[in-house]
Amino acid sequence: MSDMMQHQIDSYVRRELLPEQEPPVTERGIVKWMRENLFSNVTNAIMTIIAILAVYLILTATLPWLLNGIWDAPSIRACREILQGEVGGCFAVLTERWNQLLFGFKYPSEEYWRPTLAFVLLFVAAAPVMFFKYLPRVMLFFTALYPFLAYWLIWGGMILTPIFALLGFVAGYVVWTILVKRSFAGGFFGSIAAAAITWWIGGMITGAMATENTLLIAVQSRDMGGFMLNLILGTVCVSLSLPIGIALALGRQSSMPIIKWICVIFIEFIRGVPLITLLFVANVVLAYFLPPGTTFDLILRVIIMITMFASAYIAEVIRGGLAALPTGQYEAANSLGLDYPQSMRLIILPQALKISIPGIVNVAVGLFKDTTLVSVISMFDLVGMIRGPILASTEWNGVYWELLGFAALLFFVVCYGISQYSQWLERELNTDHR
Amino acid sequence: MTASTDPHKESFRLSMLLNDKRYRSYTFQFIALLALIGAFAYLGSNLMANLRAAGLNISWGFLGEPSNYDINQTLIEYDSRSSHWRASVVGILNTLLVAFLACITATILGVVAGVLRLSNNWLIRKLMAFYVEAFRNVPVLIWIIIIFTIMTATLPRPNAFRGDNATASMVFDSVAFTNRGVYLPRPVFESGSWLVVLVFLASIVGVFMYRRYATKLLYDTGKLLPTFWPSLGILFLPSILFYFIMGQPISLEYPSLQGFNFSGGWTVRGSLIALWFALAIYTGAFIAENVRAGIQSVSRGQTEAAASLGIRPRRIMNLVILPQALRVIIPPLISNYLNITKNSSLAIAVGYMDITGTLGGITLNQTGRAIEAVLLLMLFYLAISLGISAVMNIYNNAVRLKER
Repeated sequence: MSDMMQHQIDSYVRRELLPEQEPPVTERGIVKWMRENLFSNVTNAIMTIIAILAVYLILTATLPWLLNGIWDAPSIRACREILQGEVGGCFAVLTERWNQLLFGFKYPSEEYWRPTLAFVLLFVAAAPVMFFKYLPRVMLFFTALYPFLAYWLIWGGMILTPIFALLGFVAGYVVWTILVKRSFAGGFFGSIAAAAITWWIGGMITGAMATENTLLIAVQSRDMGGFMLNLILGTVCVSLSLPIGIALALGRQSSMPIIKWICVIFIEFIRGVPLITLLFVANVVLAYFLPPGTTFDLILRVIIMITMFASAYIAEVIRGGLAALPTGQYEAANSLGLDYPQSMRLIILPQALKISIPGIVNVAVGLFKDTTLVSVISMFDLVGMIRGPILASTEWNGVYWELLGFAALLFFVVCYGISQYSQWLERELNTDHR
Repeated sequence: MTASTDPHKESFRLSMLLNDKRYRSYTFQFIALLALIGAFAYLGSNLMANLRAAGLNISWGFLGEPSNYDINQTLIEYDSRSSHWRASVVGILNTLLVAFLACITATILGVVAGVLRLSNNWLIRKLMAFYVEAFRNVPVLIWIIIIFTIMTATLPRPNAFRGDNATASMVFDSVAFTNRGVYLPRPVFESGSWLVVLVFLASIVGVFMYRRYATKLLYDTGKLLPTFWPSLGILFLPSILFYFIMGQPISLEYPSLQGFNFSGGWTVRGSLIALWFALAIYTGAFIAENVRAGIQSVSRGQTEAAASLGIRPRRIMNLVILPQALRVIIPPLISNYLNITKNSSLAIAVGYMDITGTLGGITLNQTGRAIEAVLLLMLFYLAISLGISAVMNIYNNAVRLKER
């Protein structure tokens, strides 16, 4: 190749790269994003415009009402006087009736610190279970003590009652650890007997020592109300229904026909009827089935029925988890020589429960929402308080949206929080090597 | 030395009932059975003692007695002299009515929201996510009360429609939204209308036959007939033709203001609307999540394979994705229908007279027959639930992946 030709080629071929140019305006930044995500074609553009219009309408309807709200007034008439015909919410009802919304209208007001403390401690007690990887296991002791402590804080009365309840569980556990080495059944029935004996003795002692002067004033169950009642029902029923649900699910899988059919009929019956009919049972029917002369407070009857309701649903969720495990897991447990309780505790349940977490959380959230149904049998939970004493009072007759919106917001925060936690937990427990 | 090879014969000892795996299950079942019988006997004896103490007995005679209360929304004839049994039947029909309406509305809402949650429009996606989260995480009772409050507290009273300077007016002069309910025009069938109805029913059959013919033609010859416009034509044209031939036998009766209230037309109570829409919107949010999960469960490879065969996007959705997604969507959809039916018992909170409001509400309170009424109530819901789950099992078996 001659120099001449080389020169000719050189004059056509560029030696150095051109500097990078910015992409065109329509292909970068916010414009590109909007083109791709909002106006990619005609239908999309129309839908975007409709959506923007909808958002605009919703915001113009609610924002002035929210921002122009009155937070300090003694009654709805005072609110309207301050507003003078302008649009604005009367949120004063929330500040004025705050304690009633949270604690009901009968809980003694000087004792409000007790349920508040119990609520704060709930987080301390739940934390080692919820974030078990990051917190020391020692804290689980507090979790075990919490139910008794919370009972004593909220209901008050003699401290001996929760102490003996706790002692019964301790006695049962001690007998269990001693006897279970010889045989599972011996440990099982022995622990039940030991707990029952402790409770019986405890009942006699507390009965003999009953006094009026206690450290914390006793509060009757019928005085509970407001959002506190929803939280009590929700936490108690969910935590009680978990072990019962596991037992029912295992019973339904059992090879023993009588036990299996008892569980199947119980689960299908409970799942087939609405919760409200079970609450009717708690309200008007259950008393007929108790020994004549016993008085059982309504809140306890409701807790029993809601727990039965929730445990049937949790049992079905856990049964799904058990069914999802490959048979190899059961066979592997057997081949290691583990007996039934061991294989369940060490091999099957940890995996099955992990699979069931989303379902269990769904049931828990659903149950917490369903605790509002107790307002139908005239218990004054949050919804009951709003529809009953507050909206019926002369001061606040007609303040619907502020109160109902507040209730909706409160439930949304709790339920959305729980479902976000469950998604985090699922990622946390994901031990797949992917 | 033969003894060592013989199986060691063990005599039965009592401790083997607990410790031997062969007998242990019998022991447990025996104990469970005893405990169950014991529990029932205990509860039964308590019941007998309590009933004796209260001077009551279990009897179903109250169902035949006159009910002495009125029901404001009935599908069948009923007045306060009718029996409690009649009131319960009215309640059952009202339960089924609201459940049916809410199921249809919830399905439409749920499918639309579920599909739109997968839209490539960011704003729509976010709005639908907001809808789903906002409605799933708030109790349905609160939604029922909110919508009921909208119906009763914000809509005008019927007398607001009165006079020359009325503050409220009817929509299209035919529908009136009032705080007592919504008044709709009602079709009135005169003589000769049966022919129009018959023709309309026949055209529905005709549409199905035309579609079947089009499919057959497609499979046999590969010729693709249009279906949408011809179906629409077959459905409506003959009926309209006969409507005019018979001299317009079907007319609408419009609600009109008489005195303090509307009369004529159909009345839909605010309580029914509140329950209907609250259940539909609440359950629609759950159905939306099911639909989204169902569509996402069909792997992308299916879409790509269909596209590589040259199928157009709409047909891919109809012929490839939806049939596979439906298998995932339908079972939770049916259990959502079940939830709607069970949640419709919340009618009692807004005074809609469903079975919980009649049998479990007023009848129970008037007669004091708590055990009988609650038992009947539970049996009714149980029957519906078991019926629907039986249908679901049949469906599940029908659409299960056929593995060979």
